[in-house]
Amino acid sequence: MYEFLAGPMFILSLCVFFVGLLVRAIWYVRGLHWQMDRVAYGMYPGPGMKGAARSIGYWLLPFGTYGWRAQPFMTVAFFLLHLGAVLIPLFLLGHTLVLKAATGIALPAMPARIADFLSWAAVIGIAMLALRRIALPEVRILTSAYDYFILLVTAAPFITGLVARYHAGDYAFWLSLHIFFGEALLILAPFTKLSHIVLFFMSRAQLGMDYGIKRGGINGKGMAW
Amino acid sequence: MPEGTFCNRTPIQTEKALKRLLEDTGGKAYYQEMKALEVDRDLLWGTIQKTLKSRLRTWLGICAHCGMCADSCFLYRISKRNPRQVPAYKIQSTLGEIVRRKGNVDNAFMHMAMETAWAKCTCCNRCGLYCPHGIDMGVMFGYLRGLLYQQGFVPWELKIGAGMHRVYRAQMDVTDKDFVETFEWMVEEYEEDYPGLTVPVDKQEADILYTVNAREVKHYPEDLAEAAILFHLAGEDWTVPSSGWEQTSLAMFAGDWEACKLQVQSVYGAMERLKPKRMVGTECGHAHRATVVEGPYWAGRPDGRPPVRSIHYVEWLAEALRTGKLRIDPEKRIRVPVTIQDSCNYIRNHGLKEITREIISHIVAPGYFREMSPNREHNYCCGGGGGFNGIGLYRPQRNQALITKRDQLLATGAEMVIAPCHNCWDAIRDLVEEFHVPIKWSFLKPLLIKMVQVPEHLRPENS
Repeated sequence: MYEFLAGPMFILSLCVFFVGLLVRAIWYVRGLHWQMDRVAYGMYPGPGMKGAARSIGYWLLPFGTYGWRAQPFMTVAFFLLHLGAVLIPLFLLGHTLVLKAATGIALPAMPARIADFLSWAAVIGIAMLALRRIALPEVRILTSAYDYFILLVTAAPFITGLVARYHAGDYAFWLSLHIFFGEALLILAPFTKLSHIVLFFMSRAQLGMDYGIKRGGINGKGMAW
Repeated sequence: MPEGTFCNRTPIQTEKALKRLLEDTGGKAYYQEMKALEVDRDLLWGTIQKTLKSRLRTWLGICAHCGMCADSCFLYRISKRNPRQVPAYKIQSTLGEIVRRKGNVDNAFMHMAMETAWAKCTCCNRCGLYCPHGIDMGVMFGYLRGLLYQQGFVPWELKIGAGMHRVYRAQMDVTDKDFVETFEWMVEEYEEDYPGLTVPVDKQEADILYTVNAREVKHYPEDLAEAAILFHLAGEDWTVPSSGWEQTSLAMFAGDWEACKLQVQSVYGAMERLKPKRMVGTECGHAHRATVVEGPYWAGRPDGRPPVRSIHYVEWLAEALRTGKLRIDPEKRIRVPVTIQDSCNYIRNHGLKEITREIISHIVAPGYFREMSPNREHNYCCGGGGGFNGIGLYRPQRNQALITKRDQLLATGAEMVIAPCHNCWDAIRDLVEEFHVPIKWSFLKPLLIKMVQVPEHLRPENS
């Protein structure tokens, strides 16, 4: 089972993930329309790029925007989850070994203590996000089963990974389950709201260009995100 | 009854049709007919398939349902935090639902969508600043308004407003002749006080082409005189066009994109005809947004700019003060606590936040200026933007919407608020009346007239 999951299935998941997200990104750009969106994308590359970079950059900074500062609980939950969700898949020692074995690509591995911390942080972040969905009426009204499904798909690799890591229960079983959920996430990403892995950057860049090119970026200091 | 005689899918094209709809006072018959107006579902879905591009599709699709937009919306905050006022909910339950159902929606749904689009969103675009994904729900509501207008589900006043632009190329029944005559008459009134004061009409290649808001012609003609006086005192080479002088666009509020295009083309036509160095527009927010920011795209200009460089009145004024074309008598500067209303349409949506503060530094004595909180691009809508001020059907909601600005103003402790935007000015006037708030409100021009130094060679002989 392990050989299959860590071998051909792993390669397939990576392909679906990368090709799928690339296609989403290409579709997004191809679907932009200067007149319908009312942004002269191609005419002002300088202000456009600057606007896009600012729009993405400030939102990647914890407490970097008015929005993050206004909602500290959400900010903490968001960054706890996303730090782990980006760094753990790439730089956890076991992951780098599997990646090297399957593809030959060697990434540096992070110390185990940091990996443990980030994994727990991500689980706590997901729990906080779920709590928000239940507790806050303004989030509850927006929430559907689909939103919990996405949280679950995100939580599953972390939880199973932690169980395996502490050898709580049958290690081989939990490891296989962990790989299964990790690959499920990779395969689902291009087809679900997880596509925000790339579309976050596209959408933020678009609004940044909108402000940078049309809505005042050329006039002054630029938007105070 | 698929379509009514007053309420239907056909835009107002003629003066006769316009007058007939106006005679239906308050839109009584219009709204009655709307209850039976059929939804042309094929048209609705066809339009969506043609016009809903990846930006809007992605916004609808990737909304994480996180609710971070809730607190950004002043209408949510003043409705006792009613979850139905969360921006993401408002757009998902209207535009999102129409798309999910492939246009298969009924009359009752369209009524709900109309109320949401015009009474629960002023298209202030503030929520877009607070969404991690950069989802600008104001932009999406603008799009939804277009779909609703096409189906005939639009508030009575805005159907008329869009019709006015189609018939008169102005938001009111002000003809080109009315405009020129009113401007000339107002200037005559002040000739004695300002010798040599004129209004040059259709002058070729002037430095400045001045465009206005038809309300000024119809209801506030003093504003025209004040503009003329300030250009005169600044020694500007300026002109007004005999046609293409109207900068506003109720068609934009209505979602009538065809009328939007017709309107801005009339202004751009004046620019091309008279070849001025630049255009200066009056103290209006949405007029600037329509003609300078969005208009080029309606007119199909790939560079996204009007034919000549076009600036807001505050930009001209700041420049005139900066370069000394206009000089302020320091003794006459404002010496009461004063604040400024940042208009969504040219502060958040055109980056002029520092320009207005530069003006403040010239016209307010040190120590008297009070910032509103929040301010600049994070300021709240006045409460009457996006057409909200003018819709009788939603007057109670509009009056409630003024609470945010009332409380912001009271918190500054200011005795006066400067509002260089017609919509904001109206909303503040209404909130003063509605809530008996002890605060004065003003455009910039009348304040400037009182404090600007008249150069010796421009003074009347007997003074």
